[in-house]
Amino acid sequence: MFELIPPAIFMIVGALLIGPARGHLRTAIVLAAPLITLWFIWQVPNGVAYDIAFLDYRIEPLEGSEVRRLFATIFALMAFVGGLYAFRQARWYELSSAYAYAAGAIGVSFAGDLITLFLYWELMALFSTVVVWCGGTPEARRAGIRYAIMHLLGGVILKVGIEGVVVHTGSIDVQPMLANNFDTWMILTGILINAAAPPVSAWLADSYPNSSATGSVFLSAFTTKTAVLALILLFPGEPALIGIGLFMVMYGIIYALLENDIRRILAYSIVNQVGFMVCAIGIGTHMAINGAAAHAFAHIIYKALLFMSAGVVVYRTGFNRCSDVGGLFRTMPLTALCGIIGALAISGFPLTSGFTTKTMISQAAADESLVVVYMLLAAASAGVFLHAGIKFPWFVFFQRDSGLRPKDAPWNMGAAMVIFSVLCILLGVAPDLLYRFLPYPVEYQAYTAGKVLFYLQLLMFSGLAFFLLLPLMKRTETISLDSDWLWRVLLLKLAVRVYRLASAAGSAVSTGTTKKLLLLRNIAQRHLGMSRHEGKPGVFTRAWPIGVTALWIAVLLTAYVLVYYF
Amino acid sequence: MMNEPQQPDHWLARPATIKLLWRVFIAVLVVLVLAQVFIYIKGYFGVDGWFGFGAVFGFLSCLAMVLVAKALGFVLKRREDYYDDGERDV
Repeated sequence: MFELIPPAIFMIVGALLIGPARGHLRTAIVLAAPLITLWFIWQVPNGVAYDIAFLDYRIEPLEGSEVRRLFATIFALMAFVGGLYAFRQARWYELSSAYAYAAGAIGVSFAGDLITLFLYWELMALFSTVVVWCGGTPEARRAGIRYAIMHLLGGVILKVGIEGVVVHTGSIDVQPMLANNFDTWMILTGILINAAAPPVSAWLADSYPNSSATGSVFLSAFTTKTAVLALILLFPGEPALIGIGLFMVMYGIIYALLENDIRRILAYSIVNQVGFMVCAIGIGTHMAINGAAAHAFAHIIYKALLFMSAGVVVYRTGFNRCSDVGGLFRTMPLTALCGIIGALAISGFPLTSGFTTKTMISQAAADESLVVVYMLLAAASAGVFLHAGIKFPWFVFFQRDSGLRPKDAPWNMGAAMVIFSVLCILLGVAPDLLYRFLPYPVEYQAYTAGKVLFYLQLLMFSGLAFFLLLPLMKRTETISLDSDWLWRVLLLKLAVRVYRLASAAGSAVSTGTTKKLLLLRNIAQRHLGMSRHEGKPGVFTRAWPIGVTALWIAVLLTAYVLVYYF
Repeated sequence: MMNEPQQPDHWLARPATIKLLWRVFIAVLVVLVLAQVFIYIKGYFGVDGWFGFGAVFGFLSCLAMVLVAKALGFVLKRREDYYDDGERDV
């Protein structure tokens, strides 16, 4: 009967137990919870396992399929290796919330209906915010609040869309749809916010680099890739995604090139990589969906590896910026080597997992004769090598000698990096290991001599461009403005301006009113009431002859009759 | 390489090694282009099967991206404490 328990529950139980447990028991829970979850992920049958009545709906908390299991698998694997990486350095509440966050991602993977999906979606939003806050700095606190606002807003938009779909179609099933009415557009928008699509991509590079050295490893994996899975399940072949994906690809490269913060470079390159996947989902053929799923799987591994390598540097040196480090390969050979393997994999170098997965997306574009898409993806592949493949290891581990001689990674961090490095190469050398778990049958030959040569030319000459253009890429101690400037500065300034204007107007009105009231009081006193100063009675205190009173009454009555008559 | 330590540095950081690495790198680049004489690259759209297309396209697109980034940098780059000032105002 255990098979009917959603695997995410095991992860949640693990997250709850991490807090009260101590010492070796806690370590055991950290390492065992993801593995137990993984085992149950593989027991999930295809199709809807069962449904439960909830209000007027049939909730389906557990629905299996190839692509759902694939994503849940990599989420659980990520939690395990991330736990190994973090358990000796991270605080227990960071580990606990990271595991609850992973549980949310695994829960979304198996959600058979939109209500379940939404609940796990919000679980992720809540606990990823806590992981950002675990950065512990004032900047992390502020970035966490901005992160939470963005994701709660995204959740509301998603919920509006879900309500609309439920009311108008009567179905709460997670099934493919097209963004052709208000409801589906709301769902698409809610998901795209989590995918860091424009115009709100900035939340990712704002928050992830402010988390702790271990926290950013977890953050890099779950939110954006759950959004990719949701897009695969709900919007395969949605044409709008092609353009959005291509924009993300280019945005990530340009901003990463401008960036000085080590982990922010990697954060921008998440947007870039997710752009490849979003674009593939937009193409929507079997080859493209396979490519998106495979790329997401490989991407989680090498991106986490890169964040681990950067995390060790931050942990050992305390520096976050390229301009503070350099030449670290001397004393951190393992971290440098693993960082380089991750960098080669993200660049899609032959014999790495990036090559065997990302080229499927290009192939899908070529098969559909999408010339512009294919060419832009090829240019972007070169650009990835430029901004992440060389820039990250070069500025961190080589460049100049910063004089820093930090120790290499602690054993558990090193072990986590080695596991993921081996996986990067294993999936590059033996891609069939991954291909057999993809949603559709794979008819794709990753290694042909021509293709390898083409990509080697592309990548090596972008390497040449990097070293020739180095003077143009001198690190400056700056940040780059993004669309979040609109609400972090413009909106704030407007709000401050409006507040000041309103309070100025308010005080002007109140002093003006006081003056006028005083004036009126004086006039009234002088003409109507008893005048104290002159001793002459006012209008109402004077004695009037009866005749005048009768005349006034007659006038009033006439006026009344006239008004009544008309 | 300005603040090179006095004692002989790591072999990888010595000028001689760097010069050698450059030579090897350029040799690899030349071989990669010439290899297209023997290895057929299937072009999907004609142009991408041309001789040395990958090399030229890779180089030029990187050049373009670096220049675009540089140009945007003039508009977008701000001091690191840019947002701190604004948020302290409130």
